[in-house]
Amino acid sequence: MLFDRPATTNPIDQMKVVGQHITRIDGPKKVTGTATYAYEWNHANLNVAYGYPVGAGIAKGRISSMDIQAARNAPGVLAVVTAETAGKLSKGKMNAAKLLGGPEISHYHQAIAVVVAETFEQARAAASLIKVDYVRAPGSYDLEAAKDTAKKPEGSEGEDADTSAGNFDKAFAEAAVKFDQTYTTPDQSHAMMEPHSSLAMWDGDEVTVWTSNQMIAWNKSEMAITLGIDPEKVHIMSPFVGGGFGSKLFLRSDAVLAALGAKAAGRPVKLALPRPFVMNNTTHRPATIQRIRIGTTQEGKITAIAHESWNGNLPGGSLETAVAQTRLLYAGENRMTSMRLAALDLPEGNAMRAPGEAPGLMALEIAMDELAEQLNLDPVELRIINDTQVDPEKPERKFSHRQLVECLRRGAETFGWDKRNAETGRVKDGRWMVGMGVAAAFRNNMNMKSGARVRLDSEGVVTVETDMTDIGTGSYTIIAQTAAEMMGVTIDKVAVELGDSRFPASSGSGGQWGGNSSTAGVYAACVALRDAISQKVGFNSADVTFADGQIRSGNRSIALAEAAGKDGVVAEDTIEYGDLAEEMQQSTFGAHFVEVGVDMYTAEIRVRRMLSVCAAGRILNPITARSQVIGAMTMGVGGAFMEELAVDKRRGFFVNHDLAGYEVPVHADIPHQDVIFLDETDPTTSPMKAKGVGELGLCGVAAALSNAVHNATGVRIRDYPVTLDKLLRDMPQVG
Amino acid sequence: MKQFTYERAASPAEAASKAANNQNAKFIAGGTNLLDLMKLEIESPTHLIDVNGLDLDKIEQSENGGVRIGALVRNTDLASDERIRRDYGVLSRALLAGASGQLRNKATTAGNLLQRTRCPYFYDTAQPCNKRKPGSGCSAIGGVTRQLGVIGVSDACIATHPGDMAIAMRALDATVETVKPDGATRAIPIADFHKLPGDTPEIETTLERGEVITAVTLPAPVGGKHVYRKVRDRASYAFALVSVAAIIQPDGTGRVAVGGVAPKPWRVEEAEADLPQGSKAVMAKVFAGAKPTEENSFKVTLAERTLAGILEETKG
Repeated sequence: MLFDRPATTNPIDQMKVVGQHITRIDGPKKVTGTATYAYEWNHANLNVAYGYPVGAGIAKGRISSMDIQAARNAPGVLAVVTAETAGKLSKGKMNAAKLLGGPEISHYHQAIAVVVAETFEQARAAASLIKVDYVRAPGSYDLEAAKDTAKKPEGSEGEDADTSAGNFDKAFAEAAVKFDQTYTTPDQSHAMMEPHSSLAMWDGDEVTVWTSNQMIAWNKSEMAITLGIDPEKVHIMSPFVGGGFGSKLFLRSDAVLAALGAKAAGRPVKLALPRPFVMNNTTHRPATIQRIRIGTTQEGKITAIAHESWNGNLPGGSLETAVAQTRLLYAGENRMTSMRLAALDLPEGNAMRAPGEAPGLMALEIAMDELAEQLNLDPVELRIINDTQVDPEKPERKFSHRQLVECLRRGAETFGWDKRNAETGRVKDGRWMVGMGVAAAFRNNMNMKSGARVRLDSEGVVTVETDMTDIGTGSYTIIAQTAAEMMGVTIDKVAVELGDSRFPASSGSGGQWGGNSSTAGVYAACVALRDAISQKVGFNSADVTFADGQIRSGNRSIALAEAAGKDGVVAEDTIEYGDLAEEMQQSTFGAHFVEVGVDMYTAEIRVRRMLSVCAAGRILNPITARSQVIGAMTMGVGGAFMEELAVDKRRGFFVNHDLAGYEVPVHADIPHQDVIFLDETDPTTSPMKAKGVGELGLCGVAAALSNAVHNATGVRIRDYPVTLDKLLRDMPQVG
Repeated sequence: MKQFTYERAASPAEAASKAANNQNAKFIAGGTNLLDLMKLEIESPTHLIDVNGLDLDKIEQSENGGVRIGALVRNTDLASDERIRRDYGVLSRALLAGASGQLRNKATTAGNLLQRTRCPYFYDTAQPCNKRKPGSGCSAIGGVTRQLGVIGVSDACIATHPGDMAIAMRALDATVETVKPDGATRAIPIADFHKLPGDTPEIETTLERGEVITAVTLPAPVGGKHVYRKVRDRASYAFALVSVAAIIQPDGTGRVAVGGVAPKPWRVEEAEADLPQGSKAVMAKVFAGAKPTEENSFKVTLAERTLAGILEETKG
């Protein structure tokens, strides 16, 4: 199905099942431990062996010698695989560094060997017996020091690195009010609950990998490239994923090492990355330095806006697109954005939840707060007076649906923003200095081609098969709701099978495109199934309805179970997109309102309450959508106040590589959270009229929190995370 | 985790003599720290002596009006003991500020005293560390040091004692009772129990090989207001950036011990005379001779402000 014009009325608009508060259909499996995650596949006859990785102990250089003899001779060991013994391996298109390194070392904890043994403990003990000597090479690990060497990337990425409209320099020079500040955001780890894990099993020249991955089709082709085999010989299974946040978009070393280990040992091999590898072996959100300049009239109308960003990466790594939202969020005739990439020898930086917008808004939305203060304007009003309903770089392009102002107004009213004291450091509650903060949320909507197969059987059950993944987002449930709505059945008559590369290729989960795209693919398949059933029973498909488990035409009706017959009816289709997203700007919007307390003595920061108002098209399921947003708000608390991969700039690695050192919020950090979804449908995005919400909830949260800390204390911190040591320098005297 | 043998000891003296005979033996009680370290191969004992069966899990009144806490009393039980909560509130509060409920259910009094540092370089076996591998060098010095020590540190090691319980015990003038392999017992003032790193950061306590902790005793209650303030980046389940254990009397005198800043619970008794002058005066003496790094110099200011908050809270 080609989606190339705005949707008209369709069966989804009935909203009998879609849009309803339906709890996760996979919930019982998860809470009873019967949802099988990658590392948990255990068949008695599988005869699984266990793999354990060895990571490079240096950041850059080469292996001069590697002694694997002791490991090979250790109890229970079946195989030791290194780059030398693995046979020819290629590098996939989507990873900057090789997933099995050596002799050249590209980054710390790059995998250089896998040990396979009868038990996990034996594999781990043997791995520690491998002796490696290195020749270190000097590396570059400090973004600030490397900033001046940063370049525009080659190719299409470079072409999109700079944008401009009007004449920024002139307009900024002439602006009545000028603002110019620089901000930094740190490297961050996805730190999802389930580390990357895989079980690989060979059958002749075919390999099956049970893994934890967000994008099945990418994973399949990348595995084929890496191993140098036909993609049709690769079978990927990832039905349950314990969190991804972008870390599992790509093939990673767990799957490659499991496949290589399984081949060498002649046994299925299971391997999970140890927690420290999540930080230094896989990807992370790269640090940025961002400069923002804004010129306005006396009244606060933006006349000039510029956002520049610098990040580092391994050769072949990409830009962090931190200026993306500034191209679209606020009006202003004269504007420029620019991104530059420095070569660093830290592990690869790549997508982490809301790549680009999350760090970009961490800076831009502090800048807006500072500007409001400079203009003596309320920060909500400043944002409202600079709203735009068109793409400010290309004013002929309209937003398909933009309710940023409504989000801000609704949020301000609900939160009691009028009680905020604009003068900083004035509100006290015992030892707590209390402040409120606001920030806009913005994230583009993306659509991805997505396929599904739908089957109606003689019991009247509709089974959906697609390689879509559910990374905790609720895909199982919204896909079931879509199929139930389309086929006129209750949700208990729908079965959903996900995450298997034998199923039609879907959008996968990433970039907040999965919810809208994968359900649109199911919609397309259900349209085909409706036609097939109509045809089978001899009804005119133009005037049939599907309701109450029946297909109806005029006064005739047949139960679906009966219509299916004993062989059932199957249909498959894929949603594909035309040019609507080019003609109109499709984005999601929101507003975050937060209140924090800062201990007047210790400068400890604790969040008191949070509210997000989101406008993101049709909300397919208010329960799972709310979970996405409160999870993102929680992640925003981490981003604001604690998350930072601490770089050892001499040795070139992230030092705090476990969950004791890399702190994310705990329950005690998270207070009352509220989420409001504005009633909205956007017919330009898909037949579902929905948009993504999974990343929107993170965009802007950290800035709102940082702004609240400033409101509470009068101290402005421009380097994330906002921690007490930075605040203490300027806190009021005590004692 | 390397292979190891395991046995249970029937008495403290037996545990001590078994341990004395095996250089690579370790005692295991709650195992909340040791098992993690074994999995990471930071510790590789070849023999474990399980002391959980020793009859050392009681909290008893001692003859001098104080309390005797058995070495195996679990942190949860100690924190919730009525006498501890009433007469030694600083200890109960310190315990509850540490770890999580699950860990406190398992962790023991003696094990808590012996927990090892959380310096990230100690935890990464690819990095040099004098504490983990004597003579290999300290990779923390000049590296990421925000969490690390500011006083009592040496050119060989800047790691901190990570605990909370021992900080409160230091303020309470606790004593550690032990039995040696030859059956002799001794009572070690907590001030002398942990050692500063000097050139031998791998030696963390004054315990001799095989010596078993049997109890921690607290002197008779001293009254006053008991406060334990643990300052950290998140609200729970994190090691202290700085913690302050304080006992403040109605006349403004008192005791102060500081955690998160040194290789041992840090208390300078002479500084306490300045309590009526306020936190600045006290902390100036507590941190005399401190050698903070650029990244952790905030700890001195933080300790001073934390104490200021405590003095305000306990006034009158």
